[in-house]
Amino acid sequence: MITAVITSRWLRAILTGPLVALSTLLPTAAHADDNEPAEPAAPPKVELVLDVSGSMRAADIDGRTRISVAQQAFNEVVDALPDGTELGIRVLGATYQGKDKKKGCQDTQQIVPVAPVDRAAAKSAIAALRPTGFTPVGLALRGAAEDLGTGDASRRIILITDGEDTCAPPDPCDVARELAAKGTRLVVDTLGLAPDDTVRRQLLCIAAATGGTYASAQTPAELTDRIQQLVDRAKDTAVKPPAIVAGGKECAGAPLLAPGVYTDREKISEHRWYRVPVREDQELRASVSIALDRQVNPDYGVLLRATAADGRELVRGTDAGSGRTDVLSTGLRWSALEPDEESDPAADSTAPAHVCLVISNSFASSTAGDAPGMPFELTIDVVATSPAPDAPGLGRGWLLLLVLTIAGLLTGLLGGWLTRWWIATWRTN
Amino acid sequence: MLTHHRQGPARTRHRLAAGVLAAAFAALLPAAAAVAAPSPSPGSAAVNRSGTSFLTATVVSVGQPVRVTASTGDYLYWSFNATAGQITEIALTVTLPPATKRTGASTWTVDVFDGLRRRQACTDGVQTPVASATAAEVSLGCTLRRVRSWAEPWSGDPLPGTYYLRLSVTDLPEQDLGLPVQVDMLLGAHGDVTADDGELKAPLVPQVKPGGVLAASGSEDPSASPSANPGEAAEALDWLPDLSARWIWTTVGGVLAAAAGVVGFSLTWRRRR
Repeated sequence: MITAVITSRWLRAILTGPLVALSTLLPTAAHADDNEPAEPAAPPKVELVLDVSGSMRAADIDGRTRISVAQQAFNEVVDALPDGTELGIRVLGATYQGKDKKKGCQDTQQIVPVAPVDRAAAKSAIAALRPTGFTPVGLALRGAAEDLGTGDASRRIILITDGEDTCAPPDPCDVARELAAKGTRLVVDTLGLAPDDTVRRQLLCIAAATGGTYASAQTPAELTDRIQQLVDRAKDTAVKPPAIVAGGKECAGAPLLAPGVYTDREKISEHRWYRVPVREDQELRASVSIALDRQVNPDYGVLLRATAADGRELVRGTDAGSGRTDVLSTGLRWSALEPDEESDPAADSTAPAHVCLVISNSFASSTAGDAPGMPFELTIDVVATSPAPDAPGLGRGWLLLLVLTIAGLLTGLLGGWLTRWWIATWRTN
Repeated sequence: MLTHHRQGPARTRHRLAAGVLAAAFAALLPAAAAVAAPSPSPGSAAVNRSGTSFLTATVVSVGQPVRVTASTGDYLYWSFNATAGQITEIALTVTLPPATKRTGASTWTVDVFDGLRRRQACTDGVQTPVASATAAEVSLGCTLRRVRSWAEPWSGDPLPGTYYLRLSVTDLPEQDLGLPVQVDMLLGAHGDVTADDGELKAPLVPQVKPGGVLAASGSEDPSASPSANPGEAAEALDWLPDLSARWIWTTVGGVLAAAAGVVGFSLTWRRRR
């Protein structure tokens, strides 16, 4: 009976083995649940925000004006867009010609709505642009965030400007941080046209505040390449945005998390608590990434601890760093020791214990304000526990073969001599 | 080897069988293990994109050449899958912007993280090279530790699952940010599958779907949890080690011992004619 079972299982293993081997060789998407169909993320929404202020008249890019270079780049990008990309265009400083700063700083309009792009309409709108007024970057960012709306899609703003904001307050960098803190994931990529030091610093600040990128363009080709790259990247990297959660101040009453990805914010030296139900036969996996969305002092660290409900520490994950980086990450695994075989399974292993997770950081900043806290991403997973392996019952290696062979040889020799001795004794008797 | 098979013992065995086969292939092709630097595998499609965060990391596989254009200062993320026994080598080349546009030296870094975003050490390779102000390109490399098939939850040992790699520039003059660069990346892997005992029930593949906050009572089941009813037969056979190369070694050892025994026995008898 037992041999029959073994044979059938091994046969199956041998027959299906090559298939499994093949499938493991093929690249697989990073999805945790095999049985859950991978839901495609909604197509990303992208809005280009173009500065059409007076300074765009400067003819310093290969002898051409900045605005004509930008128009050409936009046309090329619109031509190359894959069908179905949701792209909008907003301009700032495009209409008001007067000197009144108050009026000029309200001057921002959406010229192409965020929708699957209508190439002809977009191009004619771009062609009509004339460099005119002020540079209300902060207001334009707010407007763009509204244009993109809310929802499940990932949202990206591509800000193209040649000059610093002339309308602060609001400071565009604060606006960017405020928009990022509002909830749904919004990333601002920035592109400086022949930028000077002030512009670069401002754009770097906006990009860092939202987890976006910064690039500069000195030639028409660079500008086209870069916009194209950003639009492609928005399309390629569309994922479902993480769920928003607000951690507790202490373990008791902290939000109870199911497996998945979450996002939250934490001020410098603040602690955020969460709870995760983990059964005795399960393993908890958690990881956290804190984004450096502002200027911080050069040395920093992050600490993720798992504690029992009574405050006893179970395990910790930590990482520290110094210098320029985007996120600081760490993670941990934890499972109860071997599940107790004796205990009644109905009573024990199905009632989950709550494991508390606390995230703390050791950032410091002499300049940046406290609110709205630094964004972090928390990933929770609960899987079957992996018990410690027993000592192997079988051996391997050349030494094993040698020892077994010598033992066999010695046994044979001994057996042979004993037999001879026995036969000799038997004969003499 | 393992005493608890709470889920899918048959699947476990299939995976092990696959491992044994892979090991056999590796043994048949010693040339593959002897390669010093990773080389592109023929016929694999080139990748021309990268992610900008852990969640959006672009999945690449071993031997798949990657070439992307980016800006100095971008953080570029890729992810790859590693199995037990694998030693992964990462080779990166960054073609820097023209020296006339740059003002100083820059430090480039490749960081590797496991599926739990824990930093992984490099055993070899130039992880943080400094490119001088006049250099045309800079090469980075990282050889990871051999992936273990099992490790205690409290350890940071590399385990099967997803790995992330991040390329960034960690130190440079601020004016040099935003200039165009080109990045070439290639992964190589070698190793043997059979060396370890134990098995990780679920590889370190991170969740990517948005989470949900549970009701305060917490009575609901937190996960798609294992069905805890293996058949009686599976339970009865738990003491039997899983299918692995050890069976072959041990059996061969037994055969050799028997043969040596016969030889030894025959040596003690004088040949008479």
